[in-house]
Amino acid sequence: MIENILTASVFASAIRLATPYMFAGIGEMFGQRSGVLNLGLDGIMLMGAFCGYYAALTTGNLALAVLAALGVGAAMGLVMALVCVILKAEQGIAGIGMYLFGLGMSELLFQQLVGTPRAIDGFPRLPIPILSEIQFLGIGEIFFNHNLLVYVAFALVPLALFVLNRTPFGLMIRAVGQNPAAADAMGIKVARVRIITVTVGGMLAGLAGASLSVALLKVFQQNLTSGLGFIAVALVYFGRWRPIGVLIGALLFSFVNALQLQMSAIGIDIPAEFAVMAPYVITLLALIFASKGTDKPTALTKPFDRGG
Amino acid sequence: MKSRFALVVLFVFAAIALAIVPLSAQDDVFSVAAVAPSATTDLAFSQSMFDALTLLDEEMGEAFEFTFQEGTFIVDDAAVALREWASSGEYDLVIAHGSQYGSIVEELAAEFPEVSFAWGTDVNTFGLDNVFAYTAASDQGGYINGYLAAMISESGSIGVVGPIEVGDAKLYVDGFQVGALAANPDVEVNVTYIQSFSDVPLATEAANAFVANGADVLTGTAQMVVGPIGVALENELAWFGTQSSQADLSEGAGVAFQVYRFDVILKDMIAKIGEGTLGGESYTITLENGGLEMVVSELMSDEDMVMVLETIETLTAGIIAGEIMTLPEMMEATPEATATG
Repeated sequence: MIENILTASVFASAIRLATPYMFAGIGEMFGQRSGVLNLGLDGIMLMGAFCGYYAALTTGNLALAVLAALGVGAAMGLVMALVCVILKAEQGIAGIGMYLFGLGMSELLFQQLVGTPRAIDGFPRLPIPILSEIQFLGIGEIFFNHNLLVYVAFALVPLALFVLNRTPFGLMIRAVGQNPAAADAMGIKVARVRIITVTVGGMLAGLAGASLSVALLKVFQQNLTSGLGFIAVALVYFGRWRPIGVLIGALLFSFVNALQLQMSAIGIDIPAEFAVMAPYVITLLALIFASKGTDKPTALTKPFDRGG
Repeated sequence: MKSRFALVVLFVFAAIALAIVPLSAQDDVFSVAAVAPSATTDLAFSQSMFDALTLLDEEMGEAFEFTFQEGTFIVDDAAVALREWASSGEYDLVIAHGSQYGSIVEELAAEFPEVSFAWGTDVNTFGLDNVFAYTAASDQGGYINGYLAAMISESGSIGVVGPIEVGDAKLYVDGFQVGALAANPDVEVNVTYIQSFSDVPLATEAANAFVANGADVLTGTAQMVVGPIGVALENELAWFGTQSSQADLSEGAGVAFQVYRFDVILKDMIAKIGEGTLGGESYTITLENGGLEMVVSELMSDEDMVMVLETIETLTAGIIAGEIMTLPEMMEATPEATATG
């Protein structure tokens, strides 16, 4: 029974499902570490998903699709940063506004430019030579038989770790998030750091959307993300604002989803409501434990006023 | 002086005539307003109603007009639109296309008894004379799709991706299962309800899970099916759809689709409203009344097309004649009945 449930395909499915959470979560982590909360992630993802999809649909050029998603994500991230950092607007409200903008604009653009869902070729599977053929424990299928964006998402984890913990800019990010006044006194440009992190976060959210429309699903439809961006925000809390934590959270959430799908697929009769709520319950439990930690950026959601 | 007076009188009469003519024209125009939970291009539930209204618009020309508010899943948002339409007095029929709108329809229909409302999918008119209710016997097309799916499946494993186990979605899935088992008692039909109408990524992975476990035929219902259709295309499997035709999106994977033809019952509602009956009746779209239509993909081979069309014709006749039981409870109620055509 267990061998029919815990198959290689289940773990591979978990990794695919985790990909958009990884992109969006890592990006949001940078922003939150610098003290800015962006609840507009889902809206940015939707715009990234549409722009990437439309570029792929009209040109067939996947690199252009990725650039389009990155570009629109950066633009929206920059707007969010200007609103929250320069204008010092309430971050939660600004994020909701960004989400509604992305939701509505992506729907409008889709209706006007495409009309009805149309499939695209998208990113194909890219088996890693030799590694994808490892049969032992299904390792080859689980880790090395995915599309390019899956590999990029997981490569982000060590990259984010390096940037955050081994670079001067990473130190600035952490300092700004913990004590912006002290960071400012040391000559760090608090506003500049926050604008950069939120813009980068927007780029990665756009790429998260494209990972859905151009890679995993190869189609666009209104509200494609279905609230996925909000889960990504929660995963940052779950992961205690650390790249490894975001990775673990994304994989855990996705694995539980993949597991309940597998059980349904092989005819194991579990209440559908229980199966669907399980990932959220586990995430909530993890959040409870995460809230006991002291890793939360002290200045999160607090605008910095130099004179204040 | 007299000529000037005559000119003024003529001008006044002309102005009155110009005002009356447009009003008269408006009286001759049947106006409909509809709210739906998802996009008009969702290839599923909302599109079925939008397509019906569009068809009526084309058929009736200037005598018909409609307003459609899509993507209004949240009931409170729909309530704002429904109340505005009902209170404006401009619409002959207000349609709430989604079972979640029931409580709002009941409230507004009582408040605006001179306005005709229609809502679905459900059969409850709340005992009100100005509410039409409508639903779909989607188990009928589900049965046909399931029968065909079992005939086509070589692996003997079929995957069904459902949204939430309610309403016409449940009817479709139940009918599909009965039909599949009728064609092949040994076929395995596995069902996953993802508890969402719109979670495309989750629906996609549900389909992938079926494929990984040997399914070579897929079906599903609700707007999230665009994901599983992609899986069917990518793996060169067969796809069966419902609510709306997904032939274009499913390309070579598509086989047959149960299409909802709400225009069939809307025409009857329009006629009744014209006669002064604003509601108090329930409708069910079926194969018999033409409200359910089986559409096949034109990309199949001629041989497959013939087989599919002949099977559809035979099963449709059996269902209409009452010889085929399309739901499990029907079979339990009449144990001597057979599920096969």
